[in-house]
Amino acid sequence: MSTAAAIETKKPIGAPAENGAYQKLLAFASLIALLIGFSVASPNFMQTSNIIAILQSTSVNGVLAVAATLVIITGGIDLSVGTLMTFCAVIAGVVLTYLGMPLIFGVIAAIGAGALCGLLSGTFVAKMKIPPFIATLGMMLMLKGLSLVISGTRPIYFNDTPGFDQISRGSLIGEVIPALPIPNGVLILFLVAGAASYILGRTVLGRYTFALGSNEEAVRLSGVNTDMWKMRIYALAGGICGIGGILIASRLNSAQPALGLGYELEAIAAVVIGGTSLAGGRGTILGTLVGALIMAVLANGLRVMSVAQEWQTVVTGAIIVLAVYADMARQKKRA
Amino acid sequence: MTNLVEMTGIEKYFPGVHALKSVQFDLAAGEVHALMGENGAGKSTLMKILSGIYQRNGGTLRIEGKEVSPAAPREAQDLGIGIIHQELSLMNDLTVAQNIFIGREPLKSFGRLDEAALNSQTAEIFASMNLNLDPRTPVGSLTIAKQQMVEIAKALSYRSKVLIMDEPTAALNDAEIAELFVIIRRLKAEGVGIVYISHKMDELKQIADRVTVMRDGEYVGTMQAAETPISQIIAMMVGREVNGEPLQVPDLGDAQVSFEVVGLNRGSHIRDVSFSVKRGEILGFAGLMGAGRTEVARAIFGADTRDSGEIRVHGNPAAIKSPKDAVKAGIGYLSEDRKHFGLATGMNVRDNIGLASLDIFSGKTGVISDGEMSDIARSYIDKLGIRTPSELQEVRLLSGGNQQKVVIAKWLLRDCDILIFDEPTRGIDVGAKSEIYGLLEELAEQGKTIIVISSELPEIMRLSHRIAVMCEGRLTGILPGGKDTTQEDIMHLATQREAAMQVTEKAQ
Repeated sequence: MSTAAAIETKKPIGAPAENGAYQKLLAFASLIALLIGFSVASPNFMQTSNIIAILQSTSVNGVLAVAATLVIITGGIDLSVGTLMTFCAVIAGVVLTYLGMPLIFGVIAAIGAGALCGLLSGTFVAKMKIPPFIATLGMMLMLKGLSLVISGTRPIYFNDTPGFDQISRGSLIGEVIPALPIPNGVLILFLVAGAASYILGRTVLGRYTFALGSNEEAVRLSGVNTDMWKMRIYALAGGICGIGGILIASRLNSAQPALGLGYELEAIAAVVIGGTSLAGGRGTILGTLVGALIMAVLANGLRVMSVAQEWQTVVTGAIIVLAVYADMARQKKRA
Repeated sequence: MTNLVEMTGIEKYFPGVHALKSVQFDLAAGEVHALMGENGAGKSTLMKILSGIYQRNGGTLRIEGKEVSPAAPREAQDLGIGIIHQELSLMNDLTVAQNIFIGREPLKSFGRLDEAALNSQTAEIFASMNLNLDPRTPVGSLTIAKQQMVEIAKALSYRSKVLIMDEPTAALNDAEIAELFVIIRRLKAEGVGIVYISHKMDELKQIADRVTVMRDGEYVGTMQAAETPISQIIAMMVGREVNGEPLQVPDLGDAQVSFEVVGLNRGSHIRDVSFSVKRGEILGFAGLMGAGRTEVARAIFGADTRDSGEIRVHGNPAAIKSPKDAVKAGIGYLSEDRKHFGLATGMNVRDNIGLASLDIFSGKTGVISDGEMSDIARSYIDKLGIRTPSELQEVRLLSGGNQQKVVIAKWLLRDCDILIFDEPTRGIDVGAKSEIYGLLEELAEQGKTIIVISSELPEIMRLSHRIAVMCEGRLTGILPGGKDTTQEDIMHLATQREAAMQVTEKAQ
């Protein structure tokens, strides 16, 4: 009953916040431990330029992981976040480079395309009752193919759109505070994460996201149109993937149609390390951010210590197993 | 001659419940012994002790004169005791033979499966049952009756001398029941002892040699099936006095009819059900398990589709296609299975209370005002006396009674004035029960329309202003509440099967 007392004294925050707290704390502690460990092991690690490189490399995976978190909390899974990202980048390329329209239309088109594709996945899952794994697996392949078809399998460059590469690489913060040249890509990640966190914690959509993952039938029997809300969540996740598409296109100053496969697994890994339950009903955006950071820090730190790329992958895999095991052990204790 | 099974003075305790009180039971070879009693009388618990699923806390169990204590189903099987559960436990995608020999498949060298031996051994068992069935048929393609036969074959493959059947005919039609009875008679002739658990009175006369009746975890008596009138068995089943103060049925003479169902149909589960309820009235739905009461509630609520039937709320036809429509019409449904259908148990009290009414707490933007929601939640916690440290407590940490109150609060907040309670006190302890009863009566006094579905007759009699009784999807009658109606009256309607009625017609 001590937990109950603790909750009582706490200011009310979004209900699910207390759920993943332990895992989030564990993930956070792991992140700090990694940072300390690597900075002791290598003097180059803690340099500003390296930290910024870490953040920059987190941005795309982080945004996709936020999208994946939303879907996973409903008890579903989204395997299409990676190829959807690429598809949206290609759409932006078509609008900006082929059609020569102004920058803002490219951004809107990418996010819109993402939301539409998400809505389609959501329709497969909610209306056609196709299991999320299969529905988004199909979506993943369709989008991969479409990206290649639309682009003619060639990269689309954004050289004719001035300022496009600044979306990710420029630094608004750096202009105000020169000592802190945090790239816009990172800023966008934090904005997206903040917005998603707000939606999850404070809005009807967010409350239903948790409720669907917790007990979909009870929600339906409460008179809630569960299908519609589920489709909205998938659409939102798709829109966020669109933002991811803009970020990666901007960073590479091109839309690379062959890219994207494998990103979905990295995103899901970040979500899981961050304490979101694959069974649904439980999870936080902050946890996912920490999860994405752990993966980036690990990759970067091991690289700085000259550990071979192959081993980085092995370590990442082991971390996922450990993170989920810690979560399982805790749940068992609670039950 | 020693009996096959001899159980005496069996005691069983569960946390907080004395489930079996010095119960006795015996079974002779070549006998069909029916075990009867209301839901919760302890029949299944007793049979689970016999089949090694539970262990007894006292008393003796003898199999062929030898005292035994099977500690696991496997040990009971080795003693020759087979049980066929009400819910069939077969794997649909495997073949009949693979199902029967699951876990003890005949093997060839290097652990390779011997499919040929598997199928021939299965064929032998079928031949002994005189059953014509290909061992290679996938179970999923069989009818429920045939699957039941497979279960029996599986039990026999353990060389069972005792076969326990828990409501074997619940899902069968008349032709299939006849088929089953042929098999049972053949097994009998071979000296297998059969324990037959059923609610269906007319079956007893056809198949049982002796009947043992249990009530509230106690042994009531054993009779010869052929010589005992059904009315006597019913009296033995329900024979307890109704506790609590007598029900005061309010005079609702000029109250408006607030809810009406006309000609509701859904497959074989609901057959032409019509009834109406007035404002401030509590209508009880009685019936045995599988009578179709929950199905009626779910169909009214739009949780399941219906084939036909009109629903009128306050005189106006309501087009209900989904729970959403029902809620809009002011109908709330409190499911018998709160954990699966009523609550998001991982979420807190506040969010569960608000689950059906989030639109109230959010503007056009969809942003929820948590503060406002907490205030409302706290007011319901006070009003209904929900015992929780705070509105932010996770619902799964509350007791059953308090969880039920959370679901009630959800519907009250949604402004539902027609409330359907399905087994409102299932899994709730005695003290909390009377609290829930009081709450329901209060709601009725406030002018809500209440429908209560319950398998516990005392509960139905304690609450209902009128009592609707169902049997096999049909509404067999509506009785007045209060002391004019006895449990026997209800049981008669609840066991009024169509087949049974035809038989009596022919007899006349």
